This record gives sequence, C-alpha cells and structure tokens, in this order.
Amino acid sequence: MSICMPATDSTIIARRDEIAKQLRRIVPGEGVISDPTGLRPYESDGLTAYRQMPLVVVLPQTVGQVSQIMAWCHEHKIKVVPRGSGTSLSGGALPVGDAVLLGMGKFKRILEIDYEDRIAVVQPGVTNLAITKAVEHAGLYYAPDPSSQIACSIGGNVAENSGGIHCLKYGLTTNNVLGVEMVLADGAVVRFGGRALDAPGLDLLGLVVGSEGLLGVVTEVTVRLLARPQTARALLIGFDTVEAGGACVAAVIASGIIPAGMEMMDRPAIHAAEAFVGAGYPLDVDALLIVELDGAVAECDHLIGEISRIASENGACMLRVSKSEEERTRFWAGRKAAFPAVGRLSPDYYCMDGTIPRRQLPLVLQRMTELSERYGLGVANVFHAGDGNLHPLILYDANKPGELARAEAFGNDILRLCVEVGGVLTGEHGVGIEKRDLMPEMFSESDLNQQQSVKCAFDPDLRLNPGKVFPTLHRCAEMGRMHVHGGQLPFPDLPRF
Amino acid sequence: MSDQTILRPATEDDLRKIVADALVDLRKLALRGSGSKDQVGRGSGKATIVDMTALSGVVDYDPAELVLSVRSGTRLTEIDELLQSNGQMLAFEPWDAAPLFGMPSGRTTIGGVVAAGLSGSQRLTQGAVRDHLLGFAAISGRAERFVGGAKVVKNVTGYDLPKLLAGSWGRLAAMTEVTLKVLPRPAASLTMVARGFTPRQAWQAMAKLLGSEAEVAAAAHLPPGALDRAPITAVRVQGFPPSVEARCRMIETIETDDVPFRRVDEEQASAIWAALRTVSPLGRAGPLWRVSLPARHGAAFLDAVDAAPDEWLMDWAGGLIWYSGHKPAAALRAEARKLGGHAMLLRDNAAAGVPALHPHEPTVSLIEERVRRAFDPGGVFETGRF
Repeated sequence: MSICMPATDSTIIARRDEIAKQLRRIVPGEGVISDPTGLRPYESDGLTAYRQMPLVVVLPQTVGQVSQIMAWCHEHKIKVVPRGSGTSLSGGALPVGDAVLLGMGKFKRILEIDYEDRIAVVQPGVTNLAITKAVEHAGLYYAPDPSSQIACSIGGNVAENSGGIHCLKYGLTTNNVLGVEMVLADGAVVRFGGRALDAPGLDLLGLVVGSEGLLGVVTEVTVRLLARPQTARALLIGFDTVEAGGACVAAVIASGIIPAGMEMMDRPAIHAAEAFVGAGYPLDVDALLIVELDGAVAECDHLIGEISRIASENGACMLRVSKSEEERTRFWAGRKAAFPAVGRLSPDYYCMDGTIPRRQLPLVLQRMTELSERYGLGVANVFHAGDGNLHPLILYDANKPGELARAEAFGNDILRLCVEVGGVLTGEHGVGIEKRDLMPEMFSESDLNQQQSVKCAFDPDLRLNPGKVFPTLHRCAEMGRMHVHGGQLPFPDLPRF
Repeated sequence: MSDQTILRPATEDDLRKIVADALVDLRKLALRGSGSKDQVGRGSGKATIVDMTALSGVVDYDPAELVLSVRSGTRLTEIDELLQSNGQMLAFEPWDAAPLFGMPSGRTTIGGVVAAGLSGSQRLTQGAVRDHLLGFAAISGRAERFVGGAKVVKNVTGYDLPKLLAGSWGRLAAMTEVTLKVLPRPAASLTMVARGFTPRQAWQAMAKLLGSEAEVAAAAHLPPGALDRAPITAVRVQGFPPSVEARCRMIETIETDDVPFRRVDEEQASAIWAALRTVSPLGRAGPLWRVSLPARHGAAFLDAVDAAPDEWLMDWAGGLIWYSGHKPAAALRAEARKLGGHAMLLRDNAAAGVPALHPHEPTVSLIEERVRRAFDPGGVFETGRF
C-alpha cells in the first residue's frame, strides 16, 4: 500500500473519549460511536485495500446537528471526513485517524416530489435508486445510474459527480442536480442553486458537485427528473478485432446517433462474464459491443436499422437485436456482472477508471497488453465506449507478497498512459486517495494551486476530508506567496485573501 | 468609451504579460470579445479593455469524439459553420446578444458566449453552457496560465472549474481556449403550437408534454400580439424523421385542456424560435430582464409584476421570463426571490445603481467573494461592472 495519509495528531487521538462526549451533547444516544467494535464497520469504503479506524463516528439526523458538529469541530480544530454509503471506489470516504467521521446515512427522507415540474428534493442519504423507485409510478426517473445505485447515496453522488452507463446521453450528476443545501466547515448553512434552471452569480453548485467532500457537507439535494422513455432496445455486436469495434463506435457517433448506452468488453472480460452468468455472449470475438437505444418505438426501430448497417460496414462478425425486455436484460447481465465475474478469475482485482479520446483506444489497449506482460499481471477491460471511459480490471492476489504494490504500479502506469494520449485520470470514480499522487501527471503546479485556492475559499484551515484529491496541500496563508514568480511580490500592499 | 485604452493580445503570453503589468500598475482589465454585451452592467469605466479577438482559431476538432477545442476569440458564426458542415451543433443554443443592443449580429465570440453563460430555448432539455464546457485554458488574476477540466467528454478529475468559468462574466480569469462538448444536429425538427392558453394553462400543458414520452426539446409561450393575435404555446420536437413523426402524433393525442397542439410550417416555426432567440417582440430599447424561476411560478411572476402582454415572453416551459416592463428593480427582484428565482438586468441601467446580477444572500455572497479572490486576489478583473 503505497499511498500515505497525513500524519495523525496523537494529542487529538488521546482526547477521543472527551470528543465523543462533547459530540453526544449534540447527537444524543447511539448517534456517536467511539468503541472499537462499533467503529470497525467504518474503517474502509469501496477501496477496500485501505483501512483506517476513525477517531469517532457521528451519525446526525438533522441539519441543525450537522451544523453544530461542524461548528464544534471548527472551534476545537478537529478534522472531519464526511461519508455517505461508503461505496467510493477511490477512497473518498476513507477515515483519518484523528478525524471525526460524519456519516449521513440517517438522512433518508424524500422531502418533496414536484411531478409537474419533474423535480425531487431529497436528503443526502437517500440511495440513487430509491429516487427512481419513488417516482416511477408517474413515468419519471432519475437518470444518472452508477453501478452501485442500489447502495450509493445521492449525497455521495453529488460529492463524486457520479456517472453510469447512460451518461453520454443523459449526463453525470452535475447535469441532473438543480440545487444543494450544504454545511460549510465552520457550521454555516448555505444553499447553492434551487429549483430554477439557472442560478445567479458564479456557479457554486457546479463547483460543489464533484468536490469529493472537501468543500462542505451536503444536507439536501434537489434533482431533475426525466420522463421514462417509451421503450429501450439493445444490440449485441461482436468484432474480430478491438480496432474494428472502436471504428464502429466512432462511426455510430459520427452518423449522428447518441445511444443511451454503448459498452465494450475485450476478450478476457467476455469470457469471464460468459462463464459467470451465461448471457449468450460469443466466445470467438475479440471485442463485444452492447448498444442500447431508448425513446419512441419508431426511433428505436429506425436506429436499430442504422446501427446494424454501420456495424456490418465496420466488419461486425455477429449481431443480435433484443426482441424482448427479457432478452435486453440478458444482454446486459454479462456486462453488469463483469466485475464479480472477473473476481472469479483471480483472488483480487483492482478497477481503474481513466478516460481517453476514443480514437486512441487501439494504442492504449496495445500498450496495456505490454504493461500486463511486464508486470506479470492479467488485465480485463470493460469500457464505456461512447464516452471513452475505460475500466481496466487488474488481476492480482493480495496474499502474495508484493502483488498489491505491483497491481497499483500497473494501474498508475495505465492512468499515466491515459493522460499521455490526451485523456484523464478519472472519468467517474473520483480522485480520492487512490489517484491523489498522480494529479501532477495531469495538472501543472499552477493548475493545482488554482484548485487549492478554491479549496481555501471554503475551508481555510484544511480540515474537511484531509488527505484526499490534492497530492500536497499548502497552508492557505502560504498560497499568496507560492504564486509569486522569482520571489518578487509585485505589490505587497495589495489585499490578499 | 473611446478614451479607454484597448490592448489586443496576439498570444497567450502577451495576455499573461498584460495581466502581470496591470498588477504592477494597479490597473483594472475589462475582458472583451466582440463587445456585443458591453452594455450589460455598469460599463467598465476606466478599466483597460483587453480585446480577445486575436486569440482565435480552431485548436482541435474530431467530430466522432464529440469535442471541439477553440481559442476563445473565435467567432460563433465560424464555429457554427464548422459544426454544421459536420452535422453537429452546440446543444445549449448559443446566443448572440448583439441585436438586443441594436448591434449587428454575427461577431459574437465563443469566449463571450461562455463567459456570459446564457443559453437558448433548448437549454430546457439539453443543458446550459455550463453543461457543455468541458475544459479551458486561462490566465488568472495572478498572471498565471492554468487549465481546468479536460478535453474528453467524461471527466471528474479535480474540481470542476469549467462550471465556475461559464457565466463568470470575465471576473475570474481570462479564458484563452475553451473545449466544448458538441452533439449531433437533429436531422428533423417540427414545431407544434396551441393557441389561446393563459400563461398558467400554458405551463400546465408544457409540463404535461415534458412529462410524456414525446421527448419535447423546447417549450415556450408567447403572449397575444407577440407574433399572432392569439397567445401561442409552442413545443419543438426534433431528432430522426420517423421518431419526430411518431412523437408529433403522440402529442396530437395528449389531452391539454381541450386546446390541441397542431403542427405549423417551417416559416412559422422559425419565426417563433427566432422571436425567443432575439427577444425581438419586446423592442430594442428600455429595460430588459431575464428572470429564471421554477417553471410552475412563471405565470405567478407575470401576475406579481402586473406584466402587460407586450412586456414579456416565456421560455423553458415557464422557467424563463423575458420582461421589458417598468416594475421597479427592487420590487421585481423581491417577487422573483419570493418565487424561488432571480432576475438579471440585461439591458438598460437607466435606473442608476441597479446591479445587473441578482444580489445573493449574505452567506453566499461571502463565499462567492472568496472564490473570486481565489482566482483574482488583486481584483485585476474587478472593474465594478457588476
């Protein structure tokens, strides 16, 4: 485990009982946990290779309590790590030894649904899928659908700007959230956005979405709902080469079609998925594409014809069109089970999340094969083909000495490769602790300093979710000095904040 | 304005030096593209104007990647032509403000479009400028070059600074390059119209269609006299021809208060959407407010400000009201605020002291001020315009 967390302050850890007692004044009863058995379930999130017991867990139930907790921690210089359902794949909710873990799991109420304006106001602990469940009787749904949607909370989705398989057409969380209420590091309660489409002034809502819990604690979320499409159909298309599959994806988009979902799997992933669920995938292809279309029946019919034509022009060697909802679900079953299926090939796997310009796919896959040989670790690829978001799954065995470190080094090389070809470190899982130290691969020092200046605007004492996103955090008071070239401050008397 | 200094950087480095010099000389810099929105806000007074139009040209465009990178001084018309020739578009319906101020259209730059953050009718379903700005390069108020976001359609690496830059009105940093998500241009587009609704009935009908499977792209309501003697409620259906046909048939069967939606010809359709794009029915002088509200409160706002039929247009299914009446600013903003919205004064500051942007609650103001300082600690881009 190569990622270091910030040094903990032993004097704070020594005050654990006293801190728990003070927090119980705000959240009485079982809402404060400080015993080792009770803390254990919170020691990790979806990035399970990393574990750390929190100082204290507090589970407030009201916005007032969140505000008081933040104000008390601010006053007593205690760090805070916010947590939703704890499904982050990048360690975004990993506890810190001298920080209070603020769990939002009790904020589970759907506060209001406006069916006519197609808006839901929910508490942050409501799961992603629960929003859709609450409105589907009216023909509506909430579009972003991260694969953890049964468990992940909307507050966590806001923190991570979560995506899903339909986000090329319907956008990520940021495109589907209208407003938030949030508690700042000092306990102040603010609202950004609301129910109107545009908000006045700077788009602080847009900044907060995807800020990974470093700017504040979200206590209420207003989301946009969409009308459920009339129907959905899927195509299963096989190719002899990854290049042909990639060319087909590009040709579909160049022809003016934005499918609801377009997923690709490489040979190892196809074989793993087929062995696991028997979805009827062909085993003699190098790339398998699932294309989902949704909308009016007439639209799906028309586009199935178009895509079939484009697929055959691009050398597809098999093509099936779903004829029923059951068959469409079966096409997806293998893809949706790809992670656990790969998990059967190997004791452990490590899921990566870079995005590349799609045209670079053949090169990236070829280089990945070379890296796989060099590190002596297998890799299977599932890929949100429409938007270029790769999920390479690196196979390793944590019980073999050195394999985890090797898997991490392999993963880091894949992400460096993504950046090298014009892509990014993370398409939807977030930076968290996992990609924190790779940030300089993508951003220059001045880019990162600019981002940190924004962090300082919200949390000048750097006490919210420490150790995440930024490889190094400078003290906010030093930020002004850091930006001066050649050691010369042009105007020392200019106001600096 | 003629006595103001105008600088015209030809390169990013020129621009960086201009900002560095301004920091030393304690001068303010007003960033300008074509100047089509110069009259928004209080004017930049003594600030040095930085004309960004020399920083122009396409940096990268691969239609199959759905990504376009251009220098910020590139004209919108040039971008439109390029995208159109590849069957694509900017889905937020970028908007040329020049006609609002009696200026010729066609010179607006993409940098100005992004900095103003104002989107057209399709914003209702396709998202705003902020939803399509993937990345940028800029010079900060510290005279440093930095980038935010990236050049791929899906990215969550680091803070989403593009959201802040879209709609920042040149107050954070000088964007030199922007990367935008582009989308296929619909192969067909049909407009359907219902005549005779009150604003409230129009909202109900538009809400019903938007909640249906008909996938309406844009929905607006025009008062009597704007284009026709009767009030017009219009919805636009677009996409592949067989789908458009099927969805229009769906709309014809949806019950909307006994007033059916009927197809109109292309000429009528383009007149309706052009009226909304140019706000031409509201004249070319006097105050012009852009009021953003929860859609259900659009009609209530019109009642609250006692708007006469020749003083307003309703877009975004009720969520956007253009208002050209003379309701005093404070009262108008109070009504908008009460209904969960806000009002931007886009034209005419005859009433001196009325800020163009709707003022925030104090806590949000404080955060916004700190965020501005995070980009521009010396206030070099704070010209007092807003």
